[in-house]
Amino acid sequence: MTTVEEQETASAVPQGANREGLIFEHSKRGRRGYRLPALDVPEQSGLLPPGMARNEIANEVEVSEVDVIRHFTRLSKLNVSIDAGLYPLGSCTMKHNPRLNEELARTPGFALSHPLQADHQVQGNLELLWNLEQTLKAILGMPRVTLQPVAGAHGELTGILTIHKALAKTGNARKYILIPDSAHGTNPASAAFAGYEVKELKSNSRGTVDLHVLEQNMSEEVAALMVTVPNTLGVFENEIRQMAEILHRKGAYLYCDGANLNAFVGVARPGDMGIDVIHSNLHKTFSTPHGGGGPGAGPVGVSEKLVPFLPTPTVERRGDGTFYLDHDHPDSIGRMRAFNGNFGVLVRALTYMRSMGPEGLRRIAQIAVLNANYIRARLKGTYHLPYDAPSLHEVVFSDKNQTPHDVHTLDIAKRLMDYGFHPPTIYFPLIVSGALMIEPTESEPKEELDAFCDAMLAIARECQERPELVRSAPHTTPVRRLDEAKAARQPILRWRRT
Amino acid sequence: MTLPDPNQHRYIPNADQDVKEMLAVIGVDSVDRLFDSIPNEVKLQRPLEIPGPWSEIESRRWFRDLAAKNKSAVDHLSFLGGGAYAHYQPACVDQLLLRAEFLTSYTPYQPEVSQGTLQSIFEYQTHQCLLTGLDVANASLYDGSTALCEAVLLAERVVKNRTKIVIAKSVHPQYNETVRTYVQNLGYEIVEVGWTNDGRVDIEELRRACTDDVFAVAVQSPNFLGVLEDYDSIATVANGVGAVKIAVITEATSLGILTPPGAHGFDICVGEGQAWGVPPQFGGPYVGFMVVRDALKRHMPGRLVGETVDVDGRRAYVLTLATREQHIRRGKATSNICTNEALIALAANIYLSLMGKEGLREVAWQSMQKAAYLRDRLRAISSITIAFGGPIYNEFVVRTPFPAHEILRDLEHDKILGGIPLGNFYPDHKNDFLVAVTELHSREQLDRYVSVLSAAISRELR
Repeated sequence: MTTVEEQETASAVPQGANREGLIFEHSKRGRRGYRLPALDVPEQSGLLPPGMARNEIANEVEVSEVDVIRHFTRLSKLNVSIDAGLYPLGSCTMKHNPRLNEELARTPGFALSHPLQADHQVQGNLELLWNLEQTLKAILGMPRVTLQPVAGAHGELTGILTIHKALAKTGNARKYILIPDSAHGTNPASAAFAGYEVKELKSNSRGTVDLHVLEQNMSEEVAALMVTVPNTLGVFENEIRQMAEILHRKGAYLYCDGANLNAFVGVARPGDMGIDVIHSNLHKTFSTPHGGGGPGAGPVGVSEKLVPFLPTPTVERRGDGTFYLDHDHPDSIGRMRAFNGNFGVLVRALTYMRSMGPEGLRRIAQIAVLNANYIRARLKGTYHLPYDAPSLHEVVFSDKNQTPHDVHTLDIAKRLMDYGFHPPTIYFPLIVSGALMIEPTESEPKEELDAFCDAMLAIARECQERPELVRSAPHTTPVRRLDEAKAARQPILRWRRT
Repeated sequence: MTLPDPNQHRYIPNADQDVKEMLAVIGVDSVDRLFDSIPNEVKLQRPLEIPGPWSEIESRRWFRDLAAKNKSAVDHLSFLGGGAYAHYQPACVDQLLLRAEFLTSYTPYQPEVSQGTLQSIFEYQTHQCLLTGLDVANASLYDGSTALCEAVLLAERVVKNRTKIVIAKSVHPQYNETVRTYVQNLGYEIVEVGWTNDGRVDIEELRRACTDDVFAVAVQSPNFLGVLEDYDSIATVANGVGAVKIAVITEATSLGILTPPGAHGFDICVGEGQAWGVPPQFGGPYVGFMVVRDALKRHMPGRLVGETVDVDGRRAYVLTLATREQHIRRGKATSNICTNEALIALAANIYLSLMGKEGLREVAWQSMQKAAYLRDRLRAISSITIAFGGPIYNEFVVRTPFPAHEILRDLEHDKILGGIPLGNFYPDHKNDFLVAVTELHSREQLDRYVSVLSAAISRELR
């Protein structure tokens, strides 16, 4: 941990010591970072009609390979990462990213295969996809899973379009999607893009869906309820079966946002809860690296009634053990993306599932929940716990105990950086004022959890004793607090030569 | 010997002793008690029925065996394009992507500890602007096809209360399919406009389609037939009805040598950035890009990184204009996108930086020259025609008197992936196939293609 004295001597560090200019600012006329073999066919002139050839790409860079390696290595050092330590962003499931997954996704037979090759040429890829679908079917307890969606929100759109198509087939696609007030922002956005209006449901005192509120909002115009299990407080929707019954009675569907599957993978299955659609973020539960904001993958599992409406094509196995892409789905919603989904991400996820096996997947949930509850036990009392219901893989505190010292969640988050930790998710879910949403995952050893809790407790003391220190944090990061209002007021969204 | 506990997993540090200590602090006697809030009737009473756990040794064996079942560019000479291209991948790109600080970090919500990612995205945005001749680029979308969907939705927000989208039939057919999926419940009509004999958009048909209820006109250049469109004529027609002009690019390296859509008055350029140093990998992950005129920036979907200063006045970067986005605007957001393709955008940034001003041009020039060489050599063979006469970049359609599937199967026997059958997408083009050439092809390989293809046709003729 950094002492105040050390922070004061930080001013002895020259301005710009850990700054790195833009690649465009490194550019120097005449430098080059590549070599191609000389053109070995006769050069033809006039291949492009007049007005179609550009002269040069004005202002593009000229740098050497050394310049590039140095630049991006220096940039990388301005990031924190899960490889360097706990990254407890709630609902983001920042877990260890095994390097075997990286290695196998780069196997040349996968990496150099082309998405428009004939089925008989890519039997290995199709067999892999088929195996991944079987594995996800077993994990989710759903009869079919589409691997096409490339992110959680993409999966949500896929799922809601599937529901829409199924309902439209019965004569009425309906009008509303119900969404609890604790939901991720992608849920209402996806529902809207699928053609629905959103009705928000107020959560009960436990933070979960209130069955009475659900009943009151039910009608023949409701297409589905989108619910996150466990919800964004980390609390399991213990009346999930009853919710499903209420929806099914009116011919509506239960959609599950599977962002928090890490809490119960191997312990329970969405298909056994009456859930009709679930997307799973493979970049969360199944360890594919987040890469600073993607790529991801968001496969969607559906119940029997919805299978005919899934995206096309599907991967099928013939009696002779060969595989093919089946485009013959007349009721399908269509294609959600060109080609075959984020195949490279799917290879990584299946590698992970095989590395874990049934016991390993179950142990993920067990230790993830244990780790979150350990943090909860150590911080409860010092930090306010707005919802006291038992929580699973994440725990949500608020800044209620700190606000009397005029220190807020944002300050606590920034101060954590000085202690070497990435902050938790903050100000979400929206139903908690000043939320601090902490998800440690199963990847963290007890020592790391203790160091994090010690830091949180030290910050709580600082809030009382030296609030200004917390309010002005961070002090040790490559840059300090940013003027975000200025960025939005006068947007500078690209470099320009000055 | 005594074997170690098989349930202790290498990815999960806490062992029995840790668990005991932690349970004591929590005040429960078993981990199972922590799951009491899950009703028993939905709990799984048996282990999942899936294979594993596997060691690295077992996984390598199984996955490598699968990869070996593919026939791919590993041991075949490939001429496949159609929206996914094999270009030179500098060794630096993948090596830098593996830096854990990039690979294993999250979306840069906390800018003080994410300047590496943020600055890289800012640079990526700048490259996109320079290449497309437009003003504002976002941090990435899923891929080219979904970027086109987002562009169409953006256009509707700008030109309100219109219902019709005009899309060239020569836009990548899977992109067109994806747009149909995305807008199926939004009440829009999609009108497809065909091509003339030279493979370019039929301007007369476009004019007829462009009625005053059209809000977007989307064309692709080079198009799915490999032919370059006449942006200016298309823009003139679209301007006549005040529609948003969308240019789609599936072969990103073409921007190294072609005048960009922005220079022809297009409002939005979307496309697929895979060609910038990313392997074909069976279709993804790729990176969709979107660049728009400045006036459209507040309608932009997805993340945007902007420049600002910190409290000490140091230049720094931050996610900005977030009020467009789902986590703030929820049901009224400009898009539902959250996770995008940041790492692949980083790959593109590294590639574009390394190749730079000269390299991007040379890659495009070589690809174009080599494609022209192959096209001209094939054209000289009787029984082969080049199906469309319009100008090309690095792809063209070969027509023979025989079904493309049969010819291509013949080439496969000689370890050549000879092209993409056009009949898979346009049923009345059964004898046509699409051939792509890049700077990776040597003259000797191109000559080999010519001789193997002409031999295949001779056999068919016999």
